[in-house]
Amino acid sequence: MLDKLNEIEKSALESLQSITDSAALEAWRVSHLGRSSPLMTVFAGLGKLSKEERPAVGSGANRVKVALESALEERSKIVKSAALAKSLEEDALDVTLPGRGIHVGRLHPSTQQLRKVMSILADMGFQVYTSREVETDEYNFQLLNFPPNHPARDMQDTFFVEAEGRGDNPILLRTHTSPGQIHAMREYAATNPDNPPSIRIALPGMCFRYEQITARSEIQFNQVEGLVVGENITFADLKGTLNDFARRMFGQDARTRFRASYFPFTEPSAEVDVECFVCGGKGCGVCKNSGWLEILGCGMVHPVVLQNGGYDPSRYSGFAWGMGPERQLMLRYKIDDIRYFWGNDLRFLEQF
Amino acid sequence: MKIPISWLRDYIDLDGLSVEDIARKLTLAGLEVDEIKYAGLPMPEYKDGEKHEFKTSGIAWDKEKLVVAEIREVKAHPNADRLTLLDLFDGKESQTVLTGAPNIFHLKGTGKLDKPIKAAYAKEGTTLYDGHAEGLQLMTLKRTKIRGVESYSMVCSEKELGISEEHDGIILLDDDAPVGTPLADYMGDAVLDISIVPNMARNANVIGIARELAALTGREMRKHGNTETGKQVKNAVRSPQSVVDLVEIEITNPELNPRFVMGMIRDIEIKPSPYRIQRRLRLAGMRPINNIVDATNYTMLDIGQPLHAFDYDVLVGRVGQIGNLSNRKIKIITRAAKDGEKIKTLDGTERELTSTNVLVCDEKSSLAMAGVMGGEESEVTAKTRTILLEGASWNPIATRKTAQQHNLPSEASFRFSRGVHPAMAEQGVKRGLELMAEWSGGQIAPDLVDVYPLKPKDPTITVTTKDVKRLLGIDLTAKQIADLLTRLEFECKVEKDSVKAKTPPHRLDIGEGVVGLADVLEEVARVYGYDRIPETRMSDSLPPQIGNPKHEWEEHARDILTSLGVQEVVSYRMTSPEREGRLVAHDEYVALANPIAPERRVMRRSLLASLLENVEKNARAESIAMFEIGSVFEPNKNNLPNEPRKLAIAMTGLRTQSAWDVKDSASFDFFDMKGRLELLLSGLRLSGISYTPTDGVTYLHPSKAAEVKVNGQTVGVFGELHPLVKEKYDFEDSPVIVAEFDLDALQSAAPSYGITPVSEFPPVLEDIAIIVDESVAAERVEGLIRQTGGKTVTRVRLFDVYRDEKIGAGKKSLAYSLTYQSEKTMTDAEAAAIRTKIVKRLEFEVGAKLRS
Ligand SMILES: [Zn+2]
Repeated sequence: MLDKLNEIEKSALESLQSITDSAALEAWRVSHLGRSSPLMTVFAGLGKLSKEERPAVGSGANRVKVALESALEERSKIVKSAALAKSLEEDALDVTLPGRGIHVGRLHPSTQQLRKVMSILADMGFQVYTSREVETDEYNFQLLNFPPNHPARDMQDTFFVEAEGRGDNPILLRTHTSPGQIHAMREYAATNPDNPPSIRIALPGMCFRYEQITARSEIQFNQVEGLVVGENITFADLKGTLNDFARRMFGQDARTRFRASYFPFTEPSAEVDVECFVCGGKGCGVCKNSGWLEILGCGMVHPVVLQNGGYDPSRYSGFAWGMGPERQLMLRYKIDDIRYFWGNDLRFLEQF
Repeated sequence: MKIPISWLRDYIDLDGLSVEDIARKLTLAGLEVDEIKYAGLPMPEYKDGEKHEFKTSGIAWDKEKLVVAEIREVKAHPNADRLTLLDLFDGKESQTVLTGAPNIFHLKGTGKLDKPIKAAYAKEGTTLYDGHAEGLQLMTLKRTKIRGVESYSMVCSEKELGISEEHDGIILLDDDAPVGTPLADYMGDAVLDISIVPNMARNANVIGIARELAALTGREMRKHGNTETGKQVKNAVRSPQSVVDLVEIEITNPELNPRFVMGMIRDIEIKPSPYRIQRRLRLAGMRPINNIVDATNYTMLDIGQPLHAFDYDVLVGRVGQIGNLSNRKIKIITRAAKDGEKIKTLDGTERELTSTNVLVCDEKSSLAMAGVMGGEESEVTAKTRTILLEGASWNPIATRKTAQQHNLPSEASFRFSRGVHPAMAEQGVKRGLELMAEWSGGQIAPDLVDVYPLKPKDPTITVTTKDVKRLLGIDLTAKQIADLLTRLEFECKVEKDSVKAKTPPHRLDIGEGVVGLADVLEEVARVYGYDRIPETRMSDSLPPQIGNPKHEWEEHARDILTSLGVQEVVSYRMTSPEREGRLVAHDEYVALANPIAPERRVMRRSLLASLLENVEKNARAESIAMFEIGSVFEPNKNNLPNEPRKLAIAMTGLRTQSAWDVKDSASFDFFDMKGRLELLLSGLRLSGISYTPTDGVTYLHPSKAAEVKVNGQTVGVFGELHPLVKEKYDFEDSPVIVAEFDLDALQSAAPSYGITPVSEFPPVLEDIAIIVDESVAAERVEGLIRQTGGKTVTRVRLFDVYRDEKIGAGKKSLAYSLTYQSEKTMTDAEAAAIRTKIVKRLEFEVGAKLRS
C-alpha cells in the first residue's frame, strides 16, 4: 500500500512538471487531489484497513497530500509568473498613438487677457467698475473735456445712433471706457458730496470706433482703464503705479519709457512704451526694430473732468490710464490680424 | 508735419546733435517723430535685426561722388536726337555728361552758355535712386556706352537724390551754388515727420519745433531775420502809396474773425521760386507753384500763419462792375455765409454754403471761404502784378465745420481749426511780403490795414512750489519753475514760492484758473523731463471697497460654463435686421446713423443670433459647444437704449470626440444641453428649478423645447432649433441645441447655500421600475418619489426609459435607482417599507404599475 502511495506521488509530480497554463493546472488538481483521485481513494479506503496498517498508510497518505499540494502551489506560482511575463510582453501599446480628446471649454482670449490685467489691478486695490456701451455725447465727450467740434474728436472716429431731437447731445457708441470715469466719480461723490471718498477703480469693457475692418483696425475692441482720485495723488504716483503694473504684467525686469502726449481728459498726459518683451529691446519684427512697444496712454485727471465728476480740483487730484487687451495679445502672441478676435474661429480660440 | 532739419537750423544751432538725438528729444516731449526721411545727410548704419530707434528711409549722399557742378555747354549727341552731351565742370575738371533732361534740351546747340547752369553732379560709382524705375529702387552708376558715346556719370533729378518724386527734369540749382562743393554740404537734409496732437497746434511749423528744441536743449533761438534767404529784407524797395489809403476792412462778427490784416506788394513778376525754396517746400510735402503762392505756403510752414494772396487788380475791376467808382477804396468784409449762398472755389468747384461757413467778401460778393479755400475769380495768375495779401485769424470751430462739411481738409484749415494766435496774422503778412519782394522783385506798399477787434487773453497763471509738489510730486524752487517756463517764452515773475507766468503770444492752449494751472504744470513736467520725475507709491488711503458683485457673478458663470466644456466666444455688437431675422424678427433696433456697412447697421437684439452665426462659421467642426455672455440693445425711442445682459449657448455635432478607436458617436441632443444647464444652475447655487415644455418660442422645435424656471419665474428657454429655422443657416445635419437666458432674471434669483450632509453609515441601494402612461412627466414621478421618501431617499436617478409591446401602447417604463440613507445603518426591512410607500403613492397619484 505504501508502495502504491509512492507510485501515486511519483506519477503525479512527474505529470505536474510539464504543466504550463492555469487550466491544465486545475485539471491536474482535480485528477490528483480531487474527490475521485487515487490519493483520495486511499483516504477513503482507510477505514477498511486493519488497525495495524491504518496509521502508517494514513500518515503516508497525508505526507503525499502535503507534498502534492505544495508542489501544486509551487507550480502555480511558476505558471502565473510566466503568464504575467507573457502578457506584459504581448499587451505592449503603441504609445505614439494620439490621446483621446475631450470637449474643453476655454475663455475667449480677450476675456483671459482682461482677467490677467484685472487680477493684477485687484491685487493693487483696484475694484471693477462697469458701465453701459451705448452712451450720450455728454458722457463720452463733453464731460471728459472734449467740447463739441474739438479737434481731439478727430482722434476718436465715432459711431452715432439714429435719434431725433438730441441737439448737441447725440447718442453714440462709446469710443472708450472713460464715460465710466464720470459715472463712477458721480456715484462715489454722491455718497458724501462735501467730502467725496477717494477712488481706485478699473473699468473694463467693449468700445467702438468708426473704422474699416482690416487686419490692423477693428470697429470694436476691449479697453481697460484705471482711475485713481484722492487728495494726495501725484504724477510721480502715476509713474510708480504704472511701473508696478508693468512689472507685474510684463516681468520684473520690464523697463518703461514715458513720452509726453495729449488726451483731452488728462493733463499732463503721457504714452508709455515698454521695452519689447519679445526681443528684450534689441529690436525685432514685433517692435519694428525700435526696441519699444507702446502699451498704454495715461495722465493726471484733467481738472475739468474732476469738477464734472463732483471732485474739487483744487483739493483732489488723480490719474487715469487706458490700454487694450487685444493689442497686448497681438504683441505677445505675434498675432498679425486683429480680425481673429471677433471671427471666433475655433481653430484660433483653441490655441489659448 | 514734415520738418526739414536744414530749415530748423535757420532758427537754432543744432551742432553736436544727431538727427536721431533731435527726433528722440521731440518724441519724448510729445512731438512724436513717426519717420525720418534722409535726403543727403549721413544716415545711421543699422544692420539687419539691430535696434532702429525710428522708422527710417531715404539715402545719404556720398561727399566724394556727389558735388555741385556747372554746365557750360549743351551739345548735340552724334547718334541720338533726344539726348544731349553736357560740357560740365565739377570744380576740378571738365566732364562730358550724357542726359535726356527736357528742361535743358532747349539749350542744345546754342554754344557756350553765357550763364552756366548749376547742377547736382553724380560721378561714377554713386549710389542713388533709379529715376526711371517704378517706386524707389537703388542703383549704382556704372561706365557704359549709350549710342556710341561713353557715359560714366550724370546730372540728377530730385527723384534720383531722394528729395521728391520729381523726375521731369534735372535739378537746376540756384546761381550762387558753389561749384565743387559736396552736394551733402550744400543741401544735404533729413526730414522729420512729426505727429502734431491738438494741444501742440502751435508747433505745426518750423519755428514752433525750433522753439521746443531750444526749450528742451536749453539752447538759444537765433535772432529773427536770420532767415533762409540769408539776408535782411528790410531794405526792399518800398512803393510810395500806403495800403491804408486803398483798402478798408469790416469785420461783422469778431467771434468768427478776431483779426484781419492786409498788406500790399506791387510790380511783382510771377516766376518760379529759387530752387532752395522749392526743395524745402517739396521736402515739407508741398508742391511749389510760383514765387507768390510759394511765399504764402513757405510762411505758413515757417511760422504757422496761413496767408491768402488776392490779385488786387481783379478786386479793383469788381468795384468798377458795381458802379462804385466814386469810392476809391476796396472794402473787404468778413461775415457768415447765407444759407444757400454759392461760391466758386479755386479748384473750379461751385459750392453751396450754409451759415456755418465764413466768407471774405468785397462789396460785390464773396471772394474766399475764410481759412479754407480761396475763390477762383481773385486768385493769383501769371498776369498778376499787384498782390493784396491777407493774414487773418479765424474761429477754429467754424473752420473745422466748414472743412468737414465741404470735405476740404487743407494745410490752412488744419491750422485754423486747431487755433492760430491772432498775433501771428501781422507777423505772417510781414514775412510773406518780404519773401515776395525778394523772390519777385516787387515793391512793398507802406503800412498794413489791421483790424483787431478781439484780442486773446494770453492768461497769466500763478504756479506755486506747492502746486508742483501736489500734482507732479517733485520739489522745485520758484526759480527753477520760472527757468523751465522761460525757456518756452513764458514771461515769468518770481515772488517767494510762486511764479506768475504770462502765456507767450503765440499759443492758445493755456487756459485760466485750475485749467491753466494744469496746462502750465504739463509744460513744467515736459521741459523738466518725464524721465526725471521719480516713481512713488500712492500714499493715499485705500478707498471704500465696493466691489462689483454683478461682474463677479458673470465671471463665475463663465468659469462654470468653460468647466462644462463650452467655449466662450465674443461677437460683434453690430448686425443687421436681416441677419437676426433668420432667428427672430424685431421691428425696432438701435440703428447707427453712420454704419460702416449695411450688414452692420444696427445693434444686436438677440445674443443667440450672434452666437448662431459663429456656429455657422465653424459648422465644419465635428463638435461645437459655445456660449457668449453680453449685452443686447433694446431701443428706447430717442433715449439711451436698455442694455440687458444675456447668456446664449449653442451645441451641435458629436457628443464624444472621435478618435482612432472611437467612431460614430451620437450627436448632441436636448439632454446634453439640459445636463449642462443643471450643472450651471447648481453651480450658481440656485434651487427651486423646474423645466416645463413650451411651444411658444418661435425658433425652437415645438415639442423639444423647455422653459427654465427658478422658483416659478422664467429665466430662460432651451431646446432644439426649429427645423425651419435651422434650414436658413448653413449647418450640418446634426440637430442644433440652443439656450438663451436673461442674466438679470437669473441673477435676481436668490441663491441657496445649504449642503446635504454626507452620512458615514452605509446606504441601501435599490432599483425600481414602474410603468406609467406616456403623458406622465418624468419630473412628476421623481417629485413623488422624493416627496414620499422624504429625507431618507437621498438620491433618485432615472437610469432607463423603455417602451415595447409587452408594456403596451401609450405606456413607458421608468427605471430608477434609489439611495436610502439614514443616521444609522439601515436595514433592508426599513428600506422595503419606504419602497412600498413610494410604490403605493405612485399607483395612487399617476396610476403607476410596478414592473416585475
Ligand atoms: Zn522687439
